[in-house]
Amino acid sequence: MTSVPDASAALLQMRGVYKSYGERKILDRIDLDVQAREKVAIIGPSGSGKTTILRIAIGLVKPDAGTIRIDGAYLWHEETQAGLKPAGERHARKVRRAVGIVFQQFNLFPHMTAIENVREPLVHALGLSRAEGDARATDLLTQVGLKDHLTKHPAQLSGGQQQRVAIARSLALQPKIMLFDEVTSALDPELVGEVLRVVRDLAHASDMSMLIVTHEMAFAADIADRVLMFDQGQIVEEGPPAQVLKAPQNLRTRKFLRAVLER
Amino acid sequence: MSGFHWDWAFAWSIVPQLAQGVVVTVIATATGSALAFALGLIWTFVRIAQIRLVTPAVWFFVQFIRGTPLLIQLYFLFYVLPTWGLSVSALATGVIGLGLFFSAYAAEIYRAGIEDLPAGQWEAALTLGLPVRRVWTGIILPQAIRAVLPMLGNIVVNMFKQTALLSTITVLELLASGMAIGQMTYRFVEPLTLVGAFYFAVSYLAARALRALETRDDIRA
Repeated sequence: MTSVPDASAALLQMRGVYKSYGERKILDRIDLDVQAREKVAIIGPSGSGKTTILRIAIGLVKPDAGTIRIDGAYLWHEETQAGLKPAGERHARKVRRAVGIVFQQFNLFPHMTAIENVREPLVHALGLSRAEGDARATDLLTQVGLKDHLTKHPAQLSGGQQQRVAIARSLALQPKIMLFDEVTSALDPELVGEVLRVVRDLAHASDMSMLIVTHEMAFAADIADRVLMFDQGQIVEEGPPAQVLKAPQNLRTRKFLRAVLER
Repeated sequence: MSGFHWDWAFAWSIVPQLAQGVVVTVIATATGSALAFALGLIWTFVRIAQIRLVTPAVWFFVQFIRGTPLLIQLYFLFYVLPTWGLSVSALATGVIGLGLFFSAYAAEIYRAGIEDLPAGQWEAALTLGLPVRRVWTGIILPQAIRAVLPMLGNIVVNMFKQTALLSTITVLELLASGMAIGQMTYRFVEPLTLVGAFYFAVSYLAARALRALETRDDIRA
């Protein structure tokens, strides 16, 4: 493979990504691009590979085959004169810096306060001083409406508040692309709104690219430039939300949307 | 039957001497625990790091320590090591023996604490770009150690009781102090009763404290 610079190179570019666990095919040769500033929503039934594609995009899971490029750099390969050479965790660690992720289960550090959680990457990954880290963390937590909860531990916060801390923490490294993995699925229904509002504001105000796995169709319709329908490890339909969500062509998309709406 | 006789005046008179034994017992327990916790952490890391030859060797060593009586290990350290030119005081030998023995158990406890942490903690740390050293010192160990604190406390209590074995290698800890008094005065009832009562009192209170630690309602847990 030659590495000719691609003028239209996407911020996130996946080619032929394949992943199976034993006999079970999770992702079946996925090609997926997310352009700079683009917001892409992924919908689909559980087990369709949605979460796995996010975990692969940030390098938590290594695909069995295929390539992932983030902002031009290969995640699991190094470019040499002779072509692509497989690279390991040390290389992936550097490339991964441009990607942030918000998890379904928040994954906050329970022994740290809200501000300590957000300060953690600022101090230990970016190398800011504690004071600088605190100032920046305060800004970020204010941005997600948690100015009054800086010194609370996760256990003292509601699920919605915890997820907003997690969003602020992921923003700390100013990623070029942010991944959202069903960020409201673990929340009580009355707490979903406050988290979606934060993500929506972020989507409208920020230049970050976003790849969002969600079951909230109205939310996807509102913020996404493009919607991908996943089923059985493949993208079965994609297009603008007005098309995929309102006038789906694919039978499986129709069936899925009907099931979701009848909920 | 020579009759059981408890002499309060005698019992009081030997308290100061026993107190010196208590000091040695406490020192042995404290330093032995510190050594056990530090070595245990090293064994745990060696095991996790999967270093060729080193990890299997350490693992065998840990199994060996767990599979042989502490008393034999103490005798070995006390009688054999000096013949190899390594000689330290009896107390230091005892502390090393206790530390090594209990480090094998501490290693197992640390491992359980680390493995029980949710995978999400690792994933968050990794995706936030934290350096490996910080992931361990800032994220994983503080949580893992907090979770196994009651079990580590148990090690201290067990070691406290096992310090009595150091009397067999001439360390003048609590039991040896009591026995010395008995051999001097031919009265064993008072010293041994006081010694036993002290072990029980401390162990009982410690067990109560550990139970409180286990059931504590810790907002950070």
